[in-house]
Amino acid sequence: MTKLFEVPLYPYQRSKDQDAASPVRHPVVIIGAGPVGLALAIDLAQSGVPVVVLDENDKVSVGSRAICFSKRSLEIFDRLGCGDEMVQKGVVWNLGKVFFGDRKVYEFNLLPEDGHKRPAFINLQQYYCELYLVERIRMLQAEGKPIEIRGRNRVSEIEPAAGHTRLIVETPEDAYRLEAEWLVACDGAASPARRMMDLEFAGRVFEDNFLIADVVMKADFPTERWFWFDPPFNKDQSALLHKQPDGVWRIDLQLGWDIDKEEEKKPDHVIPRLKQMLGDDVDFDLEWISIYTFQCRRMGTFRHDRVIFAGDSAHQVSPFGARGANSGFQDADNLGWKLKMVLEGKAPERLLDSYAYEREMAADENILQSSRSTDFITPKSEMSRIFRDAVLDLAEDHAFARPLVNSGRLSVPCIYDGSPLNGADTDLLPMRTRPGSPAPDAPLGADWLLDRLKGGFVVLGINCSVPEDISLNGLKVVGVAIHGPDIGPELRDRYLGEQSKAVYLIRPDQHVAARWLEFDRTAVEAALAKALGAKEEEHA
Amino acid sequence: MTGMGTTGLTKPDAFYESLLKAHEGLSKADSDAFNARLILLMANQIGDEAVLEGLLASAATSGVSAVKD
Repeated sequence: MTKLFEVPLYPYQRSKDQDAASPVRHPVVIIGAGPVGLALAIDLAQSGVPVVVLDENDKVSVGSRAICFSKRSLEIFDRLGCGDEMVQKGVVWNLGKVFFGDRKVYEFNLLPEDGHKRPAFINLQQYYCELYLVERIRMLQAEGKPIEIRGRNRVSEIEPAAGHTRLIVETPEDAYRLEAEWLVACDGAASPARRMMDLEFAGRVFEDNFLIADVVMKADFPTERWFWFDPPFNKDQSALLHKQPDGVWRIDLQLGWDIDKEEEKKPDHVIPRLKQMLGDDVDFDLEWISIYTFQCRRMGTFRHDRVIFAGDSAHQVSPFGARGANSGFQDADNLGWKLKMVLEGKAPERLLDSYAYEREMAADENILQSSRSTDFITPKSEMSRIFRDAVLDLAEDHAFARPLVNSGRLSVPCIYDGSPLNGADTDLLPMRTRPGSPAPDAPLGADWLLDRLKGGFVVLGINCSVPEDISLNGLKVVGVAIHGPDIGPELRDRYLGEQSKAVYLIRPDQHVAARWLEFDRTAVEAALAKALGAKEEEHA
Repeated sequence: MTGMGTTGLTKPDAFYESLLKAHEGLSKADSDAFNARLILLMANQIGDEAVLEGLLASAATSGVSAVKD
C-alpha cells in the first residue's frame, strides 16, 4: 500500500511568476508548507488576503511526528474550516498510566472540563493534519480564494529591502526572483531562512535524542497514554506509548545525548527493545523509525522588520507536553489577523510588534514548562534524581505526590497578561476571561460559543444588547448578543461570575481584548483602537 | 532570614531518637531516599509555599557550607 506521505500532494507546476519580465511582488509569502505555514495561509486566504506558500518538498511530512493536538488547536482548525475532519479521524484519550521501573505507580483520568465543543486532546499523525489543511486549501481555491502552494520551490536567498523582501527561489526547472511585502518563515527548527539571515537562536540548551517508532499492532491495545520512568527496557531514560488512528501506535524512547544514531535506528536493535516493552506475545509491524534531537531555545525576537518567524523556526521546546505544533498554531492564529489589518491599512505596522510580544511570552512559558518536565524526566544531578525517585515512590500510595510527577504539562494556550493590545477590564468578572485570555468555549443551546466568535472582531453582549455592526476607520465589528435561555451555567460561570450582564470585545484570534459590565460605544471604540495597535494618545 | 525561634516540639529528644532509628541499618543510598521522601511528606503537611520558601532559605543559610547573608 502506498503511504500517504509518499504521494506528491502539491507537485511542482510552473508558475507564471517564473516567466514575468520583472519580479512579482506578493502581499504575503510563507516559507514552509508544514502545519504552521498551511494554517496561516488558510487564515489569510479565507479572509481575502492573497498568499503564496513555498515549500522545498511536495509531500506531507514523513512519519507521525507531532501527534497530540490540543483543544485550542482544534478550535483554531474550526475557525479555519477543517476542525471536523481532524476530530473525526483523531483518537480521543483520557486515561494515562505512569510506570516507574517495572511497576505501575498510578493512573490518571484527564477529566476534561465539561461544556466545550472539542476534547482536551486528540492524537493524530502530523501527515493527516497536513493533509486536511491542504484539502482545505484546495476547497478555498475552488471558491476562488487567493491562495497558492508551490511545491519544490526552495528559497535560496533572502534580501531585505525597503518596504519588501527580495527572494530567489530554486525550482526543478530554473531559479526565479520573487518579492514579498511580508515574508513569514515557517520553515521548521532548522530554519534555512533564519540561517540565511544569520539570526541567533539562543536559550537554555537541553541536548537529547529520541527514537520514535510507529508500530502497527495486530491485536487490540488500550487507548491510553503510558509513560515510563526508568523502565527495564530503557534504563535511566523515559518511554511513551500513545495510540494513533489506523491502529498505529507511537512509541517514543528517550536515548540521551551520547549515542550512535545509525546503530540505534537499526530494526535489529529496535525490535527486541519493543518486544521487551510490549510483551513477547504482542505481534506488531514497524512502520517508521526515526531519531530526533531537540533543544529548548528561541529567537531573540520573532519579528525582523518585514520578515516574521512562526512555529519551530522561532522557538523549539522539548516534546514533553505537546507544546511544539500546538504553540505553532497559536502563532499562526495570532499573526494572521494582524497581517491582514496592516496590509489593509487598518492598523499601523507596529501591530506586528504585538505578535512578537505575545508569542515570545508564550514561547517563554512553553520553554519554562517543558524545561521543568525535562528536569523531572532526566534528572541532572544525583540529588535531583533522589527527589525524582522519591516523588514516584510516594505517588503509588499518596495522592498528594501525584501532581509533582511531571511527564509533561499538556499544552494550554498562553494568557497575554500585560499585552499592549489589552484594553479595559473589571475585576468584577471572572479571572479566566480577563483581557489577553483565550475566550473559553461554552454551550449555547445546541450550538457553541466559539462558533459564533468568528469573522473578525466581535462585540459579545451577554444579557446585554449590542449593535450588530460597529465600525472604526472603516473596520466592521460583528455584534453578537446572547440573552436569556441561551445563557447556560458554563457561559455564566466563565463570562459573568456574580454579574448579571457583561460585554466582551473579542479579537479575531478569539482572545479577549477588553470587557465591561455594560455597552458603551466610546469605550468599545477606544479598546478596538488599542487592540489594533494605536498608542494611548491616538484614542484618548 | 532571622532564626526560626524556639522548638515547637514538646519531646525534642524523643523525635530525634525516632529520626535516627528510622535510618538505622539503611545504606547511604536508602537513607538519602528516605530523607527525600520525608522532606516531600513534610512539605505537603506544611502546605504553605511562603513557609516552605522561608525554610529553604533557613536551610541554605545555616551550617558550614552556607552563604550567610
